[in-house]
Amino acid sequence: MSEFIIFSLLNTLIYGLLLFMLSSGLTLIFGLMNVLNFAHASFYMLGAYFAYQVSLKVGFIPALFLAPLGVAVVGMLVERYGLRRVHAHGHVAELLFTFGLFFLLDELVVLIWGRNPVDYQIPAFLDFPLFTLFNSDFSAYRGFMLVVSIAMFISMYLVINRTRIGLIIQASLTHAEMVNVLGHNVPSVFMYVFGAGAGLAGLAGVIGGNYLVTEPGMAQALGPIVFVVIVVGGMGSLTGAFVSSLLLAGLQTFAVGMEFSLADLFMKFGVNVQSDGIIGDILRIQIANTRAMLPFLFMIIMLIFRPKGLLGVREE
Amino acid sequence: MMENNTMENPKLSVGQVSQSQSMLPYFVKTGGLFLAAVFVAAILPKIFDSRFALSMFNQMGIAIIFALSYNMLLGQGGLLSFGHAVFYGLGGFGAVHVMGMVNNGDLALWTEFLPLAGGLFSMLLGFIFGFISTRRAATPFALITMGIGELLLASSLLLPTFFGGEEGISGDRMTGITLTSFKFAQSIEVYYLILFWMFVCVIAMYLLTKTPLGQMANAVRDNHQRAQFIGYDPHKVRTFQFTLAAFFAGIAGGLFALNYEMVTAENLGMVPSADILMMTVIGGITYFFGPILGAIFITFLQMVVSNVTHAWMLYFGLLFIGMVVWAPDGLAGLIMRHQPIWKANRMKRILPAYGLALAPALLLFLGVIILVEINFHISLSIDPEAPLSIMGISFRAQSFPPWAMGFTLVGVGYFLFRKAGRKVSRAWNTVMAEIKQEGV
Amino acid sequence: MAQAALKLDNVKKSFGDSQIINGVDLEVVKGERHAIIGPNGAGKSTLFHLISGLYEVTGGTIALNGSNITNMAPHKINRLGLARSFQITNIFPNMTVFQNVRCALLWNKGYKYSIWHLCDRLKKVNLRTEEILEKINLAPLAKEKAAVLTYADQRALEIGITIACGADIIMLDEPTAGMSNKETAKAVELIKSVTEGKTLLIVEHDMGVVFDLADRISVLVYGKILATGTPDAVRCDPKVQEAYLGKETVECSV
Repeated sequence: MSEFIIFSLLNTLIYGLLLFMLSSGLTLIFGLMNVLNFAHASFYMLGAYFAYQVSLKVGFIPALFLAPLGVAVVGMLVERYGLRRVHAHGHVAELLFTFGLFFLLDELVVLIWGRNPVDYQIPAFLDFPLFTLFNSDFSAYRGFMLVVSIAMFISMYLVINRTRIGLIIQASLTHAEMVNVLGHNVPSVFMYVFGAGAGLAGLAGVIGGNYLVTEPGMAQALGPIVFVVIVVGGMGSLTGAFVSSLLLAGLQTFAVGMEFSLADLFMKFGVNVQSDGIIGDILRIQIANTRAMLPFLFMIIMLIFRPKGLLGVREE
Repeated sequence: MMENNTMENPKLSVGQVSQSQSMLPYFVKTGGLFLAAVFVAAILPKIFDSRFALSMFNQMGIAIIFALSYNMLLGQGGLLSFGHAVFYGLGGFGAVHVMGMVNNGDLALWTEFLPLAGGLFSMLLGFIFGFISTRRAATPFALITMGIGELLLASSLLLPTFFGGEEGISGDRMTGITLTSFKFAQSIEVYYLILFWMFVCVIAMYLLTKTPLGQMANAVRDNHQRAQFIGYDPHKVRTFQFTLAAFFAGIAGGLFALNYEMVTAENLGMVPSADILMMTVIGGITYFFGPILGAIFITFLQMVVSNVTHAWMLYFGLLFIGMVVWAPDGLAGLIMRHQPIWKANRMKRILPAYGLALAPALLLFLGVIILVEINFHISLSIDPEAPLSIMGISFRAQSFPPWAMGFTLVGVGYFLFRKAGRKVSRAWNTVMAEIKQEGV
Repeated sequence: MAQAALKLDNVKKSFGDSQIINGVDLEVVKGERHAIIGPNGAGKSTLFHLISGLYEVTGGTIALNGSNITNMAPHKINRLGLARSFQITNIFPNMTVFQNVRCALLWNKGYKYSIWHLCDRLKKVNLRTEEILEKINLAPLAKEKAAVLTYADQRALEIGITIACGADIIMLDEPTAGMSNKETAKAVELIKSVTEGKTLLIVEHDMGVVFDLADRISVLVYGKILATGTPDAVRCDPKVQEAYLGKETVECSV
């Protein structure tokens, strides 16, 4: 039992930080530009593919820096030549544009790398057990992921709290309209923040792509969950995104280990329920199997009772 | 400068009389157009009588209802949904389950009305989901609809009784209980049923835009805050609009179930939701008939192009992004922009410029196709070394000439197209200026 | 004394730590034209938002024709007979001018969320819409999209939407803001004619407009009502002179 709890906690932390690396970039972009970037998870995917390509040529460590940089450049180009152009057509057009991009990047990845997963592997020098607990190994790569994530957040924290651009970002998270009238070169700030957010997602792809799997469906698999994270956390709130990243990661991680259903619960109390039809289906659902739907269920419950999210500040 | 369509009605003083007078020819015109459409649709399968054509027409009819129902949200209500297929799929499941009940003898319902059963089922769930998701519009709404779609898709495997697991639920549409003499053994009978429901739904959805709810949906779309101060609760307006949109999507889903006699959980997933969104936007969301154009155009491309290439989705995505960036009002918007020129009888003045732009556009298009197909051949074929054939010309995808050809065509095409584009906008501006001058 | 159309009792509003409205007591008598004046940042618009339900009050009560409307949803307050305009033009930009005004009539005429009436067939509603358009001088522009109107026309439309609701209490938030002198004079005439027989509560910066229109004036300074009275009485109130009218030397006829 304690083995289950400790390993689940560690996995929660790794997965949660990965989610936060994605959701923080998304939140920054949303806070600053009031545009939800539907293609955000596509940048995560691009990060993984770039890292795969670069590590084939020059190894993993250069890829760790080059791939996020490459994704950031792609992000800036997207902002400069795409998003800025549709901005004039209004809010819905911006959403539609990023949605189209999400769709297109998926297809472009298929076009270049094919439909099957690519062989993006954990580097050999990190492929050993870091420590062993209750006969289970904790791999060095997971430790490495933790270190990279935490280092990332410290630097992000410093940028946001100690620099001028960080101040602008902070202000814009709470008072978006005001920043625009203060005379900052807002378009270029937009471009850099969009690039930085994309780069963060790219970094998540670099360290997550080989840990999980690098394939064309990876954006679609993670994207909706990242959106749930920011809705649950409260749109535009970085702290909210952090809390809900860990919360949802925990929810999904712990659910996997729970292999019992409502029917089992009734059995514990000596009630043997047997039912056909849809009620029977519900009774027989194993909690472990609800992994994929839990975040969405959680989001809907959240919306009913607290529509602005855990730490949301903005009403509309 | 090109969006002066509001100027098309030069200032006329509108008294009650002049208004009702101007309504009359309008009704005659749309009524005539409508009758023409019914006539064409009725004889269509007699002209194109292949099995492929018929299945395409069926799909088009369904897509038209579905796209128009989507536009009740996006175009009329300002609600960008990423999960509208939920109601399409649920309508399908509803209809196929009812179909099963009829076949089991638990229920007697004319086959012709099965789509309605799907619609009512979707409407019920649409009310519930609509209530949850429409408290706020814009981004939160978009995310919630996406979440609901993902939730249902994820739960479909856990609730096999309703969703039928991976195989889905299949049914037999020949229940023997029909109102007409149709037995629904043949697709052509299904075609006429789809046609009937399509016209009913198109009229209903058109009239709905004219009702107090339809008008207030526009008002809430434009300015939800102001709507509150004229006595309306935006949440309620959106919820009702959403419920009605779900109803029509459910009818489309019911027709799908009848047509294919099979519904799977994939029908309510992200893929059909994205399809209908893109179809509607490409057709144009600012005019009522836009989604109809989109549904016809995209269904046609979907069925024809995906037969010949793996890259359909890529082309679809490119088309969508292109429309969002350069023609946000869609095909309908592109057409309606020409209305003042058409009325002033000046189309021939801009057509030469269009012709001039067409050639480089084709070059560009050809270049893109070559590059895309080469890449797809290399990344997706079982044997990338095997020769690839585009328009009857066979070659090795890895060889240099096709790549060079592709890039040259794209480069030259783009350069010339930019030049021609300037010519077009110059011609356009001159003609519009002339029309304006005469109008005053 | 006649029942007050609008009665505010110790209304307070704070955002975080800063208290914007510090206990406002105000009575607007039925049928009067009542103006609220005060320096920038005094809380005039906030007060409007509180009365119309856009903001929730932190304390106190608001009564409309004797019934409590404190913290009610805006649409419910509107249905009880209170309509307002906004300082920033707040119309339905992608609908026609005609539709803008007609939408404002629908609830009042009882059509609610109906899906079985066609708006073009509602004779009385359309007639009334045209009457209002005539009144606000926008009849020739009825078919234009509201977004393409000039600023002054949009302001007129804003007033048109507000009066179309059929409410007997009209609240106008700086209706002449940003207008030229000529436009302002026209707007004042318009306001006079459309609020005939109704109760008007108006926020206005232009003193000419205020003294021309108002039966009574309340002066709001730092979230409190400093004085209420007829234009002459307020003009002569030493507290008001000191706090607001300031350096202007005002001749008093009292």
